[in-house]
Amino acid sequence: MWEYVTERADLITFQAVQHVSLVVQCVLLGSLIGVALAVLVYRNPTATALANGVSAVGLTIPAFALLGILLAPFGFGITPAVIAVTFYAALPVLRNAVVGLAGVDRATVESARGIGMTRAAALLRVELPLAWPVILAGIRVATQMVMGIAAIAAYVLGPGLGGFIFSGLSRLGGANALNSALTGTIAIVLLALVLDLLLVLVGRLTTPRGIRA
Amino acid sequence: MPETASAAAAGTAGDDRRISGVPIRLEGVTKRYPGQDRPAVDDVDLEIAAGETVMFVGPSGCGKTTLLKMLNRLIEPTSGRIHLGDEDVTDQDADQLRRRIGYVIQAGGLFPHMTVATNVGMVPRMLRWDKQRTAARIDELLELVGLDPAVYRDRYPRELSGGQQQRVGVARALAADPPVLLMDEPFGAVDPVTRQRLQDELLRIQEELGKTIVFVTHDFDEAVKLGDRIVVFDVGARVVQYDTPERILAEPAEDYVADFVGAGATLKQLTLTRVGDVDLVQVTTAVAGSPSAEAVAAAQAAGDDFVVVLDSRGRPISWPTVAELTRTTTVPHTVDERLPVVGLRSTLNDALDTMLAASQGGVVVTGRRDGLAGVMAVETVMAAIQRSRTETAG
Repeated sequence: MWEYVTERADLITFQAVQHVSLVVQCVLLGSLIGVALAVLVYRNPTATALANGVSAVGLTIPAFALLGILLAPFGFGITPAVIAVTFYAALPVLRNAVVGLAGVDRATVESARGIGMTRAAALLRVELPLAWPVILAGIRVATQMVMGIAAIAAYVLGPGLGGFIFSGLSRLGGANALNSALTGTIAIVLLALVLDLLLVLVGRLTTPRGIRA
Repeated sequence: MPETASAAAAGTAGDDRRISGVPIRLEGVTKRYPGQDRPAVDDVDLEIAAGETVMFVGPSGCGKTTLLKMLNRLIEPTSGRIHLGDEDVTDQDADQLRRRIGYVIQAGGLFPHMTVATNVGMVPRMLRWDKQRTAARIDELLELVGLDPAVYRDRYPRELSGGQQQRVGVARALAADPPVLLMDEPFGAVDPVTRQRLQDELLRIQEELGKTIVFVTHDFDEAVKLGDRIVVFDVGARVVQYDTPERILAEPAEDYVADFVGAGATLKQLTLTRVGDVDLVQVTTAVAGSPSAEAVAAAQAAGDDFVVVLDSRGRPISWPTVAELTRTTTVPHTVDERLPVVGLRSTLNDALDTMLAASQGGVVVTGRRDGLAGVMAVETVMAAIQRSRTETAG
């Protein structure tokens, strides 16, 4: 197996970079969407319940099924992969952002408004920073989850390490088939760990000292 | 001590006092909530004079907090007009309006993710003051509320005690020097000793600044102590009585007020008498770090059996006995955390409470900027109680 890896080091590296790049960009986009939706719904109990329902149900949709559905309008390639990965990334962030924003002490928000902050300023300078640790926890969950989902995106010819897994599985029993599938899987697990560590670091750097646990 | 000369005058608000507040006038202010048949606040007319502290008291749910929050339009009135000074502010931009009105809530309502300095500097920043002016103002305000800027500027709220957080809350509310200060049960969440100190400090600050303060409380003693006037509300924010504490205690307008004021009204006179109104004893003082022998000699010459030790800024920090001092070579810098201290504007009630809490027969009295004003003995309180009981009986 070591031989298999060293012979294809360039290809593996290229696909790893593609994979991480897809995941990171989709998580960023998904986080923005998740937080934006949370900001829209968190003050309204009905909308909050709806958003929580959507994020719960959404996560039960099998990735394969969603990719299959997306194939019809978008065809093979990067577009369905990005849509599917972003969709799954947004859900945990949405859920945590709603919880985080709802958990900010109402008295603190009222005093922000009471000293003359506009609604937008109170949200940006008080509510979101205070909800940030919870939102970031959602982003970590999202990242771990979509590392695996991005592998499945290779099914629609998206970029990334999923290609090794699928080509391995389709040739099972043939030469290097197992090596190929294992290489893809192990690389994904390792990269997921590295990303998670980076997010822990981001959390350290971006959480204000006053609210650090 | 220069403070003692002004001690008698400090008890009664003099006419020459600086006033930076503006009057507030409410006309027919009403708040109705959908689905409720009675308005929460029903057609309230009220005038509050510039520079006065007006206390809103009444049972919970009477609408006093709702009325307060309509003054800075955190709650929009259903109808009626609100005037600040000569301006009708009912239709002004609410965010702009609030930057001109200080607002203090329970526990200060500080932003936990920001330092003390950032919290205090919030309103000046929104008003686009330059950085230097904001920084200078932050230090000035922390000094005003009795927190050393060098120590507290960069701390986070959770690193402060409840009383300190409350002080920062007051500093933040005063940051842009607003003419009006709204306080919504600010001292409700702190222990009694801290509450009394915070009240004293508010009185001292108000004496310096002369803001128009509207203060909601459920504690009638607090209202008597802090208020120039008290508004007693009933359900629907109906104004039952609006008068000075003395007159509300002496002539409650309705049985309702008499019930609310309580049966112990004789001893409530203790709440009306300020420490600054009675004779204080002048004692021997010594600056921390000076030779003990000098202090001991001075105390013996004056016939005192204890010495009040002052720090470099003239604030009392401990009161060792002469016997204790003779065992030292220099006067110690130790701060006695249990030193019983009250301000000139504290009530005799507070002074008695403080003595009992510290198990001491006297209390140190501080004046402007926490400097020493004198010492009061428990006998003085007893004499005042005796006098007030004789007066009531006669």
